[in-house]
Amino acid sequence: MVRTRIFLSTTILAACTALTPLQAAESLKVGFMTVRSGALAAGGRQMEEGLKLCMDEHRGVMAGRKIEIITADTAGQPAVTKTKAQELVERDGAQVLIGPLAAFEALAIDDYIRQTKTPVISPSAAAEDLTQRKPNPWFVRAVGTSAQAHHPLGEYAAKDLHYKKIAIIADDFAFGHEIAAGFQRTFEQNGGKVVQKLWSPLNAAEYGTYITQIDPSVDAVFAAFAGGNGIKFLGEYKNYGMQKPVLGAMTTVDEGILKRMGDEAVGVISSGWYSAATDTPANKKFVEAVRKAYSADPGYYTVGAYMACQFLNNALEQVKGDISDKAAFMKALRNVNISQSPYGPVKLDTYGQPILDVAIRKVEKKDGRLQNTVIKTYPAVSQFWTYGPDEFLKSPVYSRDWTPAK
Amino acid sequence: MNFWIIQGLNGLAFGSLLFILASGFSLIFGLMRIVNLSHGAYFMLGAYVGLSAIEAGVNFWIAILIGGGAICILGTVIERFILRRLNGQPLAQVLVTLGIAFIIADTCVWIWTGDPRPVPMPRELTGAFRVSNLAFPIYRLFVIGVAFALAAALWFLLERSRLGAMIRAGVDDLPMARAMGIRTSLLFSAVFCLGSALAGAGGVLAGPILSVYPGLDSDMLPLALVVVILGGVGSLLGAFVGSLIIGFIYSYGQALFPDLAYVILFLPMVLVLTLRPTGLFGRQAI
Amino acid sequence: MRAPSFNLLSWLIAIAALLALPWLVTSDYYVNIASQVVIAAILALSLNLLIGFGGMISLGHAAYLGVAAYLSIYLTAHAGFGHLAGALIAIGATTVLAMLFGYLALRASGLGFLMITLALGQILWGVAYRWASLTGGDNGLGGLKRPHPFGLNLMDPAIFYYFALAFFGIALWCIARFVQSALGQSLQGTRDQPRRMRALGYNVWLIQWLSFVFAGFWGSVAGLLYAYYHQFVSPQTLHLTTSAETLLMVIAGGTGTLLGPVVGAALVVILKNVVSAYITRWLILLGVIFVVIVLFMPEGLVPGITRWVRSLRSRPRADKAADTPSIAKDSAR
Repeated sequence: MVRTRIFLSTTILAACTALTPLQAAESLKVGFMTVRSGALAAGGRQMEEGLKLCMDEHRGVMAGRKIEIITADTAGQPAVTKTKAQELVERDGAQVLIGPLAAFEALAIDDYIRQTKTPVISPSAAAEDLTQRKPNPWFVRAVGTSAQAHHPLGEYAAKDLHYKKIAIIADDFAFGHEIAAGFQRTFEQNGGKVVQKLWSPLNAAEYGTYITQIDPSVDAVFAAFAGGNGIKFLGEYKNYGMQKPVLGAMTTVDEGILKRMGDEAVGVISSGWYSAATDTPANKKFVEAVRKAYSADPGYYTVGAYMACQFLNNALEQVKGDISDKAAFMKALRNVNISQSPYGPVKLDTYGQPILDVAIRKVEKKDGRLQNTVIKTYPAVSQFWTYGPDEFLKSPVYSRDWTPAK
Repeated sequence: MNFWIIQGLNGLAFGSLLFILASGFSLIFGLMRIVNLSHGAYFMLGAYVGLSAIEAGVNFWIAILIGGGAICILGTVIERFILRRLNGQPLAQVLVTLGIAFIIADTCVWIWTGDPRPVPMPRELTGAFRVSNLAFPIYRLFVIGVAFALAAALWFLLERSRLGAMIRAGVDDLPMARAMGIRTSLLFSAVFCLGSALAGAGGVLAGPILSVYPGLDSDMLPLALVVVILGGVGSLLGAFVGSLIIGFIYSYGQALFPDLAYVILFLPMVLVLTLRPTGLFGRQAI
Repeated sequence: MRAPSFNLLSWLIAIAALLALPWLVTSDYYVNIASQVVIAAILALSLNLLIGFGGMISLGHAAYLGVAAYLSIYLTAHAGFGHLAGALIAIGATTVLAMLFGYLALRASGLGFLMITLALGQILWGVAYRWASLTGGDNGLGGLKRPHPFGLNLMDPAIFYYFALAFFGIALWCIARFVQSALGQSLQGTRDQPRRMRALGYNVWLIQWLSFVFAGFWGSVAGLLYAYYHQFVSPQTLHLTTSAETLLMVIAGGTGTLLGPVVGAALVVILKNVVSAYITRWLILLGVIFVVIVLFMPEGLVPGITRWVRSLRSRPRADKAADTPSIAKDSAR
């Protein structure tokens, strides 16, 4: 119930480190903005789990410094998010922030982190422009952008699956718009055609109205949903007797909700910068730890917060735990280079955005549980796909109305 | 042609869900003049309770009863110990139900962790019913059936039973009903229990379509309000017709005017309220 | 409207405390919280005009906060208007919106009024969410720089606090004057005895409409300050939750009193922003406090505590709550 402060370091560990006594004694305060109440609470909880796992792994010490995590509940409301950022930075003296969860929350504190020059590592907010047209020098992201994983999926759908006509159904908000536009862009460049786009309200009560509008002549349906909407959509899709294959966005069949789905999800092909089923030693170790602690597979939010924490560790090691020079620390943060992680190898581009391996994943049932089996990997995918920053940034940000193919 | 049939069925199914949600709301509103702003929270809590029952191995049909029963108990307790203290102060009652809605919503996040969760459908009702090239989910046809059966049962209860006669007397003239020797205290508890139970059971029944998630309460409450406003206060027929109209507006409106999807249900509400404040079937303005 | 029997001395103490606040707290963080309380208090004061003095329960008051905030940010940060022009247009346009909403909502009374305001609020929320090319959709609208009126640097938390406090003082004074004016008195008349007022030849509708617009105006002033403070607005600001929280402030603090909404605003803002750091399930606490207040102090915290203090002093006197209109006395018509 009471605020979590994670003091996990031991005096022995602190004594072992070859640092000045002053630095070793003084802990580094990290503000963590999560969501514990309201509609986004599920993602917030998964973020807390991912962060705790990473802190446990480091036993609360990074580059010889004790790390003190101070957690704040933004309630998923932008106005509260700003107050919480002030609370963490001004009152509690946090030197680095991890969070917040939603893109609109990150945008709400954009000005504030510039003013206070507070380094922020984003564990989940995916809005494209945070690292594109409105880059913030104090901001890096530990996850992909909305479209980053879906450019490859568009190409894959056209080239490998040989789909010609696709209908898109997506949540009618920025995240859905950006995913859909990114997918459409590469799909159409490779000879496919998006013949229909359906935008359902984020709080749509049910999807029957939309499912029954789907053009029967399409080869497949690309469904881009966030939160719990993927559960609803796939369940109803099956009950409407729909046979067309479904392509999903990363969050449509995210591990965080996949555990709640049934056979209706089997066969859905999606793409993402992460899958709990990725067969690498680093990921296996991570998944084992999550399963042991929380008896669930890690998904978008868990791995995002875990990696945000690893970014922090990597940057702190570069500056040997000395964060007093903020500019140097920020430079280190943008210079994060991790060769082995649940994501695979990660490094950042000059905009503060990770370059990530993107997996094409297929939902399969294995040992009685659903998983996103990796069927193809696109290595080192940039947020700009193959276009390069200059060409990419010339056009406006992906939106509902912007049709990149024209 | 297929478009009109299939969207009509969609509208009918959604309207049926709305009726199950709104009938209890309308019943309580009609007799007790309480705008129960916790009704959406009751609906959500019922769905969660039913879900937990199913996960504990209980059969879907029993889970509906458990969900309804649990919310009936909760509603009766709230009515007895909170709302009754505020007797004769409709406004204070409205506000208290708003506070209770906050409490229930956050308690659900606490207990059920905030993960969005589907309520599993009974196996025998999965899949689609096919006629030529039309397919429609069997479960939704079932929900339509339930709503019509419920409407008939409520009609019988209100119009043909002794309890119904007492309720109608209470709706029309409460002091007179009391003077006639009707035990209004017990009557109020019974009605509040029934209205709450309908919300709770409705939540379980709607679970396989809507799933359960934090925020379901505030998504559904305005819909119940819209239905009751449109149909008219305290009128069962009004709630029924209002539900179906809103269901049709929802399905045809979203399909034909996708740009208005976010506001499609509130425009008619404003229109009706400003042009005909009594609603379609109400006898008095709210 | 003499409800809370604050004498001159208590007023002076209160004013001195408000002015000295930036020196009394240890961190800018608390100054910022105080600014938010002040802004919320202006909004709650304006809503209280409708609820406490007019007996009109609105569940759509976030509309004025949100629309004014959207307009001022859009005009100054995205359409090239100056700060003063942007502010004036935002407030003016929002007040015009209040005229329209008042016209629609006052076709009904009691619960019908509540429902119309709720529906209008939901429509605005939907528009803000959907009309992304103008409002930024769910990503919201930012980019506003705080103005420098008279060379004041509003980026400084303490200066911003005084800036907001000045508006608060003006709002309090204007609303107090309004309540005591002939129009304000007749508004309270329409609350208590609408039929008699009509019989006496008063134009009840016009009195209510003018009050509605006046309340919308002060709501839009709160919205302007909100935009300056947060430099960001999103559909959340227009959401039903914001309206419900504002309603809660008014009811919890005490309807029909001047100080009640201010205390209510402080309660809600502090619970939501400060207490939530220590108590994870702060929403439950908020709900419980609200229920307890309605049950045991139906006239609200300020009149309730005043009454309580007075009874402690055991000065036998006629129950003051009697001339403090409590929600208990309003009935849904």
